[in-house]
Amino acid sequence: MNAIIISALWGVVMMFGGVFFKKSTIPKYWAIAGIIILLAANILEFRGIQIFNIDVKGMLHFDNFGLQFNTISFICTFLFFLLNGREIEKVGENVSEYFALIFFILCGVSISSSFNTLLMLFLGIEIMSIPSYILTGSDKRNLKSNEASLKYFLMGAFSTGLMLMGIALIYGGNSLGSFYINMIELGTGKMPVMIAAGLVLLVVSMSFKVSAAPFHFWAADVYDGAPTVFTSFMATIVKIAGFIAFIRLFQVSFGIIQQQWQMLIAVITAATLLIGNLTAVFQQSVKRMLAYSSIAHAGFMMFALFALNNTAKEGLILYALSYSVATIGMFAILVKMSDYTIEGFNGLYKYQPVLACTATIFLLSLTGIPLTAGFASKFYMLLAAVKDGHQIWLVVLAVICAAISAVYYFRAIQAIYFKEPPAGAYPQLDVTRNFKYLLIISAAIIILAGILPSLVVDWLYY
Amino acid sequence: MLGTYYTFPELLLWIPLLTGIILFFIKNSKVVKTVALLSSLLTLGVSVTSLFYSDIAHHPEYFNYSNVSYVWMPYIGSSFSVGLDGMGFLLTFLTAFTFPLIFAATHKREYANTNVYYGLMLLTQAGITGVFVATDALVFYFFWELALIPMYFLCSRWGGEFRIRVTFKFFVYTFVSSLLMLIGVIYVYLHTPPVSTLSDHSFYLRSFYNATLTRGEQNGLFWLFFLAFAVKMPIFPFHSWQPDLYEQSSNSSVMVLSGIMVKMGIFGMLRWLLPIFPDAVGSYQTLVIIFCVIGILYGSSIAFVQSDLKRIVAWSSIAHIGLMGAAVFSANNTSLQGVMLEMFNHGINIIALWIVVDIIEKKTGIRKISELGGLAIKSPALSIFFLIIVLANIALPLTNGFASEFLMFTGLFEYNKYLAAFACLSIIISAAYMLNMMQKVFFGVPNTFTENVGAITMSQKFILSIIVLTIVILGIYPGPLLHLTQGSVTEILQKFK
Repeated sequence: MNAIIISALWGVVMMFGGVFFKKSTIPKYWAIAGIIILLAANILEFRGIQIFNIDVKGMLHFDNFGLQFNTISFICTFLFFLLNGREIEKVGENVSEYFALIFFILCGVSISSSFNTLLMLFLGIEIMSIPSYILTGSDKRNLKSNEASLKYFLMGAFSTGLMLMGIALIYGGNSLGSFYINMIELGTGKMPVMIAAGLVLLVVSMSFKVSAAPFHFWAADVYDGAPTVFTSFMATIVKIAGFIAFIRLFQVSFGIIQQQWQMLIAVITAATLLIGNLTAVFQQSVKRMLAYSSIAHAGFMMFALFALNNTAKEGLILYALSYSVATIGMFAILVKMSDYTIEGFNGLYKYQPVLACTATIFLLSLTGIPLTAGFASKFYMLLAAVKDGHQIWLVVLAVICAAISAVYYFRAIQAIYFKEPPAGAYPQLDVTRNFKYLLIISAAIIILAGILPSLVVDWLYY
Repeated sequence: MLGTYYTFPELLLWIPLLTGIILFFIKNSKVVKTVALLSSLLTLGVSVTSLFYSDIAHHPEYFNYSNVSYVWMPYIGSSFSVGLDGMGFLLTFLTAFTFPLIFAATHKREYANTNVYYGLMLLTQAGITGVFVATDALVFYFFWELALIPMYFLCSRWGGEFRIRVTFKFFVYTFVSSLLMLIGVIYVYLHTPPVSTLSDHSFYLRSFYNATLTRGEQNGLFWLFFLAFAVKMPIFPFHSWQPDLYEQSSNSSVMVLSGIMVKMGIFGMLRWLLPIFPDAVGSYQTLVIIFCVIGILYGSSIAFVQSDLKRIVAWSSIAHIGLMGAAVFSANNTSLQGVMLEMFNHGINIIALWIVVDIIEKKTGIRKISELGGLAIKSPALSIFFLIIVLANIALPLTNGFASEFLMFTGLFEYNKYLAAFACLSIIISAAYMLNMMQKVFFGVPNTFTENVGAITMSQKFILSIIVLTIVILGIYPGPLLHLTQGSVTEILQKFK
């Protein structure tokens, strides 16, 4: 509750602050202050201290899983602000609004991680999505950004419609007349037709939100068209919040009939893994490569939904941290580059060793090399899926896809270390000392979580 | 600290790991080389000392496991546990013994970014040692992959023209196969009995040995593990990364790769494949041995027609590895003891070959055997050393190669006469290509490439004489090493009853 209210309030504060802030450098500090307050409030709630005591009639339910995810997403947002604060100022004139929108997204994230009724699910997802549409189009004079925004909005609105239809069908097929996710009547044996239809519509719309194949077509264009700083936010926190909502919904409402829909999820997972990885191999632009790799990682995160056991939830929490930190860090480095193609990274280590080294750690983590958090999270996902024991072929496919992902991540590593930098003067990058320290801290987080994943996971049982 | 024998496996790990990391921050290349050499000598000292602190007093017949473990991920039943038994000691000793040799032999070589080069080398050493001492499947997997990453950077950064592509091929091969092994590890883990109340299963080596697996499950899992080890060794159909990589990489990386890293594959089979899936080994051993024998004949035949020194050694290595693979899967006492001995001997012999190749390459700048000649006149000492090394590779009696190959052939013969007969052909072919190489490089009249070659230096003589001494001593008296590993062999074979 703390996080929901404070993030909404701070969003409003930031929005009106836009009128009063004279300089465009000020909102950044307010936003950082806000995220610290948000983080503190969320940790207080973790310890059982409620700042706001509101009777929500059980429509929201706060458990360790949701709160832990909130903590991780706030930490990642904090890191995101610190790394990208100066870049956000460069996107356009309404700096304060951008931060306000991000706070609204965080409000949606907190609702998505704690909903207990289908209505709240809808609210949470929508509060996340609408600011994302705006952020995508925030580079107003760039046609690609406009196109991406419109595309995202139209497709998003359509999938929202599907979700509403699904919710309506489930509500209708339910004699209790209730939106609570734990009170859906599934019947015995095969589920009723209306529930089944509703379930499929929900799978479709949620798959859209998390960019799982075959509903992923928007993702590459939107991530490519959006201003690079915001891409990193949307591809990480917004997407993983979608997963948290997805797994929460399916575990509580449809967990007992998992056998009936598991194959559907397995097919989506396989398609996402294959499409994401195979397409990423052919990309020349690092930004687009990361966009497709985010689809590929969505495939891995779908394992949590496929297995739906405790290990899977632990894995998703770890994935949230490892994937977000690595992707945010990688995008922060990418924003500083003048050339977004892989050739743009040639010989980076000769003129920016710190950037080169941290980028390597991020890429290794995304590949899933041991000692990095990326391995730990992939390991948990595989463990969960093998534990489930139904579809071993899917695990083998995932492993082969992980190996394919090495092809495109290592192409960047090869460019950084083994290719010669462009002749003449080295490109001048606008990199401050603090930025480098932050990158080193992010890399340290990745390695620490890789060596001791229990530091992250154990909080679930705290 | 020295009083408890338990700390040795860790020391073997931490010394190279920490010095490796420190080296990244030292700029002066002379200091870097000295520190790397000292660190590797220190590791060697620790390794030798660990022998004296072993509990041979309590178990006079063999080295026993000594295990030390720290809580790591208690809720999934994994702990950071490391230990040494006879086989582990043998291989950690090989690692500790060869690294100083490699550093000393390539001391004069200049690399761009010397500190990074030696830092990565020491990290590789730590990774390889970790594989040999791990007694927890997850720790084993960690080090298995960690040894690969510094090696990837070493081979991609320093080497020939096509090094990036070739190394990446090697990386993809090993990465895919080891991820498949990870699935296998997880599957076996889910069938292990619990060892603590915190988790239902355990990654501990002994729990893996006690896993309840049906024959069908074993048959499937066997291939997941086998593939990872077979690619690393490499056994015949999975070898295509090897010759290119050996040719393209810098000499000291190749020494580590061929001398020590391929032993990871054989070690993995002995520790993680044979004892866990004895039934499946029973089902597939003939098939695997057939592949190995094909590899032996194929490797030696190709080596015969190569003209590049490095490629000859690379292909001859495939033949030797094939023989080791065949002996591993013969799974009897003689053959396994032979493998143990050969793991050590092959490590020494092939590194010796690379050192000589490195000296020749540095002196003349070429590696084509048709263009070389007359080195025996120009550098007689080198040719004497090389002759002994070549004879050890052919496995002539009184050299170390003979003792181990004899045991392996005997073991293979016990398993299957016909396959052993085919495998024995490799001795003849290897004599042919090795002596052919010797003849073309060292004898004859010096030509334009070789007429300015001088004698080898004192330090080179010193290094080569250490190697030659080892070759001769182990050839005459291999007993101590066999005594050391008998316990491990007995333990592996217990599973087959």
